[in-house]
Amino acid sequence: MLVRAPQRLPFGIVLASFLAYLPLECLAQGSPNSADHSALADRMKDAAQWPMPARDYANTRYSDLDQINTTNASQLQLAWTFSVGVDRGQEAAPIIVDGTMYVVGPYAGPYPNRVFALDATTGELKWSYAPRPEPAAAGVACCDVVNRGLAFDNDKVFLNTLDNHTVAIDANTGKEVWHTKLGEINRGETITMAPVVAKGKVLVGNSGGEMGVRGWLTALDENTGAIVWRAYSTGPDKDVLIGDDFKPFYENLRGKDLGVKTWPADRWQVGGGTVWGWISYDPELNLLYYGTANPSPWNANQRSGDNLWSTTIFARDADTGRAKWAYQVNPHDLFDHDEINENVLVDLQVNGATRKVLIHPGRNGYMYVIDRTTGEVLSADAFDFINAYKGVDLKTGKIIPNDEMTPVLGKTIDNVCPSAPGAKDWQPTAWSPRTKLLYVPHQHLCMNFKASEVGYIAATPFVGADVDMYAGPGGYRGEFMAWDPVAKKKVWEIHEKFPVWTGTLVTAGDVAFYGTMDRLFKAVDAKTGNVLWQFRAGSGFIGQPVSYRGSDGQQYIAILSGVGGWPGVVANAEVDPRVRNSALGFTGATQDLPFYTAGGSELLVFKLPRANTAADHPSSGSNSQGNNNAAPR
Amino acid sequence: MRHLANAAALTAILALVLAQPGAAQPAAPDELRVCADPNNLPFSNSAKEGFEDKVADLLAQKLGKRLSYVWWAQRRGFVRHTLNAGQCELVMGVPVGYGHLETTVPYYRSTYVFVSRQARHLDLASIMDERLRTLTIGVHLIGDDGNNPPPAHALGARGIVDNVRGYPIYGDYREPNPPARLIEAVESGEIDVAAAWGPLGGYFAKNSKVPLTVTPIKDGDKFAPQVFKFDIAMGVRKGDDQLRDQLNALISQNHEEITTLLRAYGVPLVEIQHTAAGN
Repeated sequence: MLVRAPQRLPFGIVLASFLAYLPLECLAQGSPNSADHSALADRMKDAAQWPMPARDYANTRYSDLDQINTTNASQLQLAWTFSVGVDRGQEAAPIIVDGTMYVVGPYAGPYPNRVFALDATTGELKWSYAPRPEPAAAGVACCDVVNRGLAFDNDKVFLNTLDNHTVAIDANTGKEVWHTKLGEINRGETITMAPVVAKGKVLVGNSGGEMGVRGWLTALDENTGAIVWRAYSTGPDKDVLIGDDFKPFYENLRGKDLGVKTWPADRWQVGGGTVWGWISYDPELNLLYYGTANPSPWNANQRSGDNLWSTTIFARDADTGRAKWAYQVNPHDLFDHDEINENVLVDLQVNGATRKVLIHPGRNGYMYVIDRTTGEVLSADAFDFINAYKGVDLKTGKIIPNDEMTPVLGKTIDNVCPSAPGAKDWQPTAWSPRTKLLYVPHQHLCMNFKASEVGYIAATPFVGADVDMYAGPGGYRGEFMAWDPVAKKKVWEIHEKFPVWTGTLVTAGDVAFYGTMDRLFKAVDAKTGNVLWQFRAGSGFIGQPVSYRGSDGQQYIAILSGVGGWPGVVANAEVDPRVRNSALGFTGATQDLPFYTAGGSELLVFKLPRANTAADHPSSGSNSQGNNNAAPR
Repeated sequence: MRHLANAAALTAILALVLAQPGAAQPAAPDELRVCADPNNLPFSNSAKEGFEDKVADLLAQKLGKRLSYVWWAQRRGFVRHTLNAGQCELVMGVPVGYGHLETTVPYYRSTYVFVSRQARHLDLASIMDERLRTLTIGVHLIGDDGNNPPPAHALGARGIVDNVRGYPIYGDYREPNPPARLIEAVESGEIDVAAAWGPLGGYFAKNSKVPLTVTPIKDGDKFAPQVFKFDIAMGVRKGDDQLRDQLNALISQNHEEITTLLRAYGVPLVEIQHTAAGN
């Protein structure tokens, strides 16, 4: 039995919160079960809050606050800081609900995946919660210790732990409400993604494809933790939750049990297709959208076929989990090009008509605009240099492989672009309804691919793929750019020395924020890309910036500093930087990172000086929800 | 406040779960610290029943040092979290040329093997054998594209796909010796033949209730740069030349004793194949 104890519990807060807690709980149960009118959806309309890592169901990461703007952003200053205590990769987005910030640390140190509740204005610690890890053997989850953030709904904070537990924590007291074990770390399964709550369900997906894990997305009842449905990414239709109402746009995706038939023999049973990225939700269509990871752990020559439903974007009914449509981005993936990247839901003018679309910045380097009601690809244009593919056929929806770049046993293939992490990995984009631009942090890397590196796992020697990554054309390794999805082109771009591994944020003040691995947090003019301000932090950035309004009326910007993740492991985990292909090839691409940064664990919160904000009009956005757990201090 | 008993239990578990790199202490002068997998026979386990444990014991005796262990599953990040984090000085088995550390001279050379039930009289020795098109063959799965064992590559290159079954090398770590599931599948008749790394195949075949035949795969050269035979050495941290030189001397001085020990574990040694089987 797991025991998870809050670390600190000031009595006053408990009492005040308890009193505020009861009526809301009753209210929530009595309210109609419509996402349009859910408390969480209302929070998304309230610019003071940032209630989920992607900010809203559409995954816009757009803040309606405009106190910080292009003329005053240069005066941003540190308001307060906080350490999450563990110097490993900090990928989590803080979330802000009713004046409280909730943040989670990586799965490392004495308190892995520890959760902190802070006063979002003053930084005062309200409580912390430390999950008790499973007594798994050391080393079974060797590589990825990041956590991408928490979720919130109805007075509960939801945490995914690396050892496969989803935990509901009382947002007011830090006490555990329930926890459910969803996977088995001893079989290589882990969870790193941020949960998303929609229609009273907590949505969670797994990681660990390389270890022989079969991918899934699971929905849990937010009140009890009971599993409502689970949709696998491979296997027979009944496991994938495909039925008669499944209407994929493209012919090749129609047919029975394609999750079995597009694999040799029983390969799908350990077929990968994990779900470790982002989930968006359209309340009107009642559809969830997410992408699945690459097929694994088989060699490409041992998994002939399209390997459905790996690297696939799914649209699913939020109540039942049943698939409505699907689109496979990279059939028979050869390059580890997961398509777990976010799907940003916007309405766009396409050929003179307004279309409900999702924008999917592909790991393969193409910016997909897909009709989110039908799954039709409306456009797919290269946003980075690509030679691994020759484009996307809009008639068939199929990507066109470049046969010259196909990895073959014993053949060395030079200069494949984009490299294994793709043109863009997990780091999420932001959409501004003001500029109608998508702000895209991404990497710019190519690779050489050959079989020659001696590997040794569980005392079994093998000759593995030697993937050596390096800067793409132009000599830079990362880029932050603005993309116009209607004109299908870049509007401006900023080149960075290292892969830009942070998420981004754009505001009604027309300011976009992102961080660099060489320790700079930057504010740029969303219209021009001019850098307005930058802050040199203690460690490199791979986190997600967020914005909210404090109880003092000021606009705040927050992000975690602390380099790590796939490209940053060289700087924080003592990989030998002289070996270009350790950490699955990324070390070569970031070999010089230790000259710029070491690990870190600092939450940084910025605001404008008081004098500067007094003259400004109050920011837009209102709290339509009212206080629920405010516990006035 | 956390209950004290609770805190103590938590601390104990955490000490097991999260050995922290960076908190490493230097070894005492009379201590030989080995980093090893606690659950991977025939190589090593926490009861010190593996042949690597026995060889380590022999080395410690010769060096006049006390042997101690740091246990860590041997997966991606093993060397990074253990040897290169300063938790120990020695890893007992790595292929020569393994890039993350410095290797000694090899102390054995083994080969990938076919393991089948003796009663089947398959006598497989060639990866080009046409019977492999119809037999059910088990292989280990290690990782994404390219990072799989040589027989998996070779069979794929021959177009032998549908009758191949995969066993993740990681298996379920709650069970003893997870990679052994591949050999157990031969025992149970789930598969006709396993293409496995020799020491694992040899040991579990030797200890099987059902009589099994182990035959080295003789003609892997056709699939270069894949190789089917590997020299296995010990590993020390880069720059730890003093320990490496000591170990090199001990390996050559105790060659016979080490070889006898390996034979007792059923490790197919490549030299033995050449002389005994006459291939």
